[in-house]
Amino acid sequence: MNCRVMPALVLAWLLVSPAAGEAQRGGRQGGPPLVARAAAPIDLTGTWVSVVTEDWRYRMVTPARSDYRGIPLNAAAEAVADAWDPEADTAAGLACRSYGAGMIMRVPGRLRVAWVDDDTLRVETDAGMQMRLFEFGAPPAELAEPSWQGYSEAAWRFAGGRGTPRVGSLDVITTNLRLGYLRKNGVPYSEGATVTEHFSIVQVAGADVLVVATMVDDPMFLTEPYIVSTQFRREADDAGWDPTPCSATW
Amino acid sequence: MTRWLTGCLLVLIPLATEAQIDLSGSWGGSNHEDALERGPGPYAVDMTGLPLNEAGRARALSHSASQLGLIERQCGMYPPHYIALGPFGLKIWNETDPITGETVAWKIGAWEDRAETTIWMDGRAHPSPNAPHPRGGFTTGAWQGDTLVAYTTHMRAGIIRRNGAPNSDQATMTSYFIVNGDLMTMLVVIEDPVYLTEPFMISKNFVRRVQPLRPIGPPCVPGYEGQSGDRIPHYLPGANPWIDELTGLYGIPRQAILGGAETMYPDFRRGIRGEFVRPEQCVRNC
Repeated sequence: MNCRVMPALVLAWLLVSPAAGEAQRGGRQGGPPLVARAAAPIDLTGTWVSVVTEDWRYRMVTPARSDYRGIPLNAAAEAVADAWDPEADTAAGLACRSYGAGMIMRVPGRLRVAWVDDDTLRVETDAGMQMRLFEFGAPPAELAEPSWQGYSEAAWRFAGGRGTPRVGSLDVITTNLRLGYLRKNGVPYSEGATVTEHFSIVQVAGADVLVVATMVDDPMFLTEPYIVSTQFRREADDAGWDPTPCSATW
Repeated sequence: MTRWLTGCLLVLIPLATEAQIDLSGSWGGSNHEDALERGPGPYAVDMTGLPLNEAGRARALSHSASQLGLIERQCGMYPPHYIALGPFGLKIWNETDPITGETVAWKIGAWEDRAETTIWMDGRAHPSPNAPHPRGGFTTGAWQGDTLVAYTTHMRAGIIRRNGAPNSDQATMTSYFIVNGDLMTMLVVIEDPVYLTEPFMISKNFVRRVQPLRPIGPPCVPGYEGQSGDRIPHYLPGANPWIDELTGLYGIPRQAILGGAETMYPDFRRGIRGEFVRPEQCVRNC
């Protein structure tokens, strides 16, 4: 017997170890896998407020037409952005185009996160009054009509090994979207876009800060994936919750 | 047998106990957000989203970009947090203990004017508050799950935005390296009792790349750039000529341009809605 056989022994040991199993799979020794709510390595529930220190003039106010610096657009997307008409969007009932899944985390406002059931996490926004559902279960055989928030498949990412606290992050992949905007001023993403997000919580000066990394992949309008990250601070209560409808101009 | 068992256990211990990510490699910087600020640089007076106090605001308004021509101030634009404020990628590697193999320090290579960063992982203490402040500061780190958290003290006075918004030499920086596959999000938090009323957070994304980045240096080397040094370029209070530039170009009210912690939060929008005038067409830095 030598060290070459040890990896197999280790793997067997890790799989039967309660701590390791919990860290890797969220399951319990000898029992069924934990539901997403019970397996959660981080607590996203509660109210979070945007902390806007980046892209301020693109997020806190509405930028002028054709201001798409930083976004890896192709020529087709620039043509769409150059033709942006917020009044026409409003008249056509499309004022929520800048509140879709590709941009909603960048919209200044508050998030309210809660479990709908054991395998569905709901994220509401007061800005634009949107609702996202992060589904941990198996996807449906047939998706509903495309929508601003699309269909979001979620999975925990577990970190750590034996003896470490259960920690991790949340991965979300969203598809089945309507055409939306990456910036308030009509910079588009298409129905074929895929939005990949990673939600992590860190401690900053004793307070929880949610960091959301967002990657939008859109072969129709982007020359490469568009990547941004957004910060939120946990709030003690709902006092600041201020539901406002979508606006194409503000 | 005992030797065999000991050897195998030494091999296995890292598998069993480490909650870490291998950060080593080349990470290309993604500059899709704050593209202007990270690229050519921000407007001369743009403090939007900065939690400055009155002293910080006054200092920022007194700043003239011509100060970069002064030998003793040329390197002030490249503090450790330039890692997130600037446009460049990261080359990261680890230094290991030759006996145990444990990581003693993570190293982030220099890039042009930014000095190399060493993140000590061996539990050493930070120096005395009276110790010298090197350009790169002094940094220690620890893992929280799969996130490396680094804490930097002993920084020199510098800037938190490349238009002169200041940090003092009492500022500290906490950096979080959050890795998700080939994407690394770095959150940098600056706390400064002299110029800030709240922690200032800024994040930047990096994508792992196969082609190696080559750390280049040396870091900022001061040299004569035509400023005699007997005069410090500056603006007197109330005399900064660029204060309304953002208003003219983008319709942003002055109260937003002057910053303050309130400008970081969505409730601030309510107060400026009546004053904001959206220009029809972007004409500069679009």
